Amino acid sequence: MTGETKPLTYRIDLGAPLDLRAYELQDGYAAVRDALKNMPPQEVTRLVKDANLRGRGGAGFPTGVKWSLVPMDPTARRAKYLVCNADEMEPGSFKDRLLMEGVPHQLVEAMIVSAYAIQATRGYIFLRGEYTLAAERLEYAIREAKAAGYLGEHILDSPWSYELSVHTGAGRYICGEETALLNSLEGRRANPRFKPPFPQIAGLWGKPTVVNNVETLCNVPHIVLRGVDWFKALSRGKSKDAGTKLYGVSGRVKRPGCWELPFGTPAREILDEHGGGMREGLKLKCWLPGGASTDFLMPEHLDLAMDFETIAKAGSRLGTGLITVIDETQGIIAVLRNLEEFFARESCGWCTPCRDGLPWSVKLLSALERGEGRPEDIETLERLTHALGPGRTFCAHAPGAVEPLQSALRYLRPEFEAGVCRARATAGSLSA
Amino acid sequence: MTVAEVNQGGRAPASEAGREGDVGYVLHPEDRAAIECEMRHYEDSRATSIAALKLIQKRHGWVPDGAIPEIARLLGIAPSDLEGVATFYSLIFRRPVGRHVIKICDSVACFLTGAAQVQEAFARELRIGLGDTTGDRRFTLLPICCLGACDKGPALMIDEALLPNVAPEDVRTLLERYP
Repeated sequence: MTGETKPLTYRIDLGAPLDLRAYELQDGYAAVRDALKNMPPQEVTRLVKDANLRGRGGAGFPTGVKWSLVPMDPTARRAKYLVCNADEMEPGSFKDRLLMEGVPHQLVEAMIVSAYAIQATRGYIFLRGEYTLAAERLEYAIREAKAAGYLGEHILDSPWSYELSVHTGAGRYICGEETALLNSLEGRRANPRFKPPFPQIAGLWGKPTVVNNVETLCNVPHIVLRGVDWFKALSRGKSKDAGTKLYGVSGRVKRPGCWELPFGTPAREILDEHGGGMREGLKLKCWLPGGASTDFLMPEHLDLAMDFETIAKAGSRLGTGLITVIDETQGIIAVLRNLEEFFARESCGWCTPCRDGLPWSVKLLSALERGEGRPEDIETLERLTHALGPGRTFCAHAPGAVEPLQSALRYLRPEFEAGVCRARATAGSLSA
Repeated sequence: MTVAEVNQGGRAPASEAGREGDVGYVLHPEDRAAIECEMRHYEDSRATSIAALKLIQKRHGWVPDGAIPEIARLLGIAPSDLEGVATFYSLIFRRPVGRHVIKICDSVACFLTGAAQVQEAFARELRIGLGDTTGDRRFTLLPICCLGACDKGPALMIDEALLPNVAPEDVRTLLERYP
């Protein structure tokens, strides 16, 4: 494994991650030295934009475009923030933990180069509270980086000063929503904020703020060091998207895991070659391409390239890119009940459709699961997928929650119908 | 007790109230110093709310009622604001919990690989349900959302440690490691 083909993971050691010196011997902090010495900040942003780096947290927004909205007027000498979204909590996603536990210095370096691009004065790694090992390793890496002069006042004798710290959370999935994350970081309840203004203009304490996912940021030093052409070539012409992606698979497969592969690798290759295929005797029923809030896809979709555009065209979302497989022995209604219970529990309660609609879907799915559903329940679930859809709620939580539900209704309707109580179905038709 | 009640600010039952001092709670000097140190990382001291609550919880296992106004005073915010924060976050406990908190992942990947059976094994061994604490105050059993260990499911945490690939038959020996 080399940095040429697997830049994000080639230095990973989960047992004992590289310390500063060992990391430096493997190109570590070379991007910081290069950028601070040879590039104006806007040049770093231009590289990231030209490389077509898109957000790896689930939404796929172009990172360079996000950065270019930050005010760069040098006379406006006020605080600016870079926040790393390390609140990995999307069910089925387990990639950022790997990066933070396996090569913590990479994220620290990424937080320095990226902060330099937007001339941030301070950075925070918003880390979920449960990732205790990642917290310990990141804090150690930050102390080492500070002692070596990569953090603090006048970094590498440049005019730019920057501090970085780890901020750990205390639960709640909604903290991963970028404006809810900012409220949480400010010590408030994690309710999302209204947009606009966008965080790049008025974010943390009203100051310009960029929020990026762990995996997204970790790409930045490599783009600075190896260049745009190299980054674009990583996806080997398989995809319009550039670079590598941490893909993975979980569920009842032979070898569940997470691997760095060229962007646009087909789902079948991830499942069969890397994941070893389904466990003995099990057949694939359907799969979530990138977390609990993505639409189900079917076995016939397995040859699709795992990139933003292709998966969107098939009616789903790439999301975090970590696949969850459901096998034929597992009832889709029970799986959906589990998914919607999660979303209902994690709703922040701020807006009514989400707060009341999600528990309602759980109630209906539970009845169908017990075989006690009413004939009209399926229609009600269908209505809920619209009532909780994009534009009907304050943030993307509920629209994400109904994605697996709407696609299951489309592909696996007979399983819903099987949950309708026969006696009730008959009574319904008599009264009608 | 329901799961929600563990963190949602219900008062401790009469037998438990006052154990850690409802009235006249005094912040331990170490906690006060640690909170003040944390405050230097932010432009507004309110940002230390969660860190402060976690420090107090580390000392007592939970956040006693009397600590809320004391922390709030230190941060310069209203106690009701801090209580709103404390009750929002699922890992801040506003009720006493056991010496060891077992957090079982019940999200989709672990659900698919047998989390329910593991949860049943804990419930059977401990004779409690989710959200409950054993009579000897040794264990509290809670659900938790995806632990980012989906390739090692069913996964759970006991206190600060992640335990991957847990089978129902491992549960009894596992519990023995936590006196």
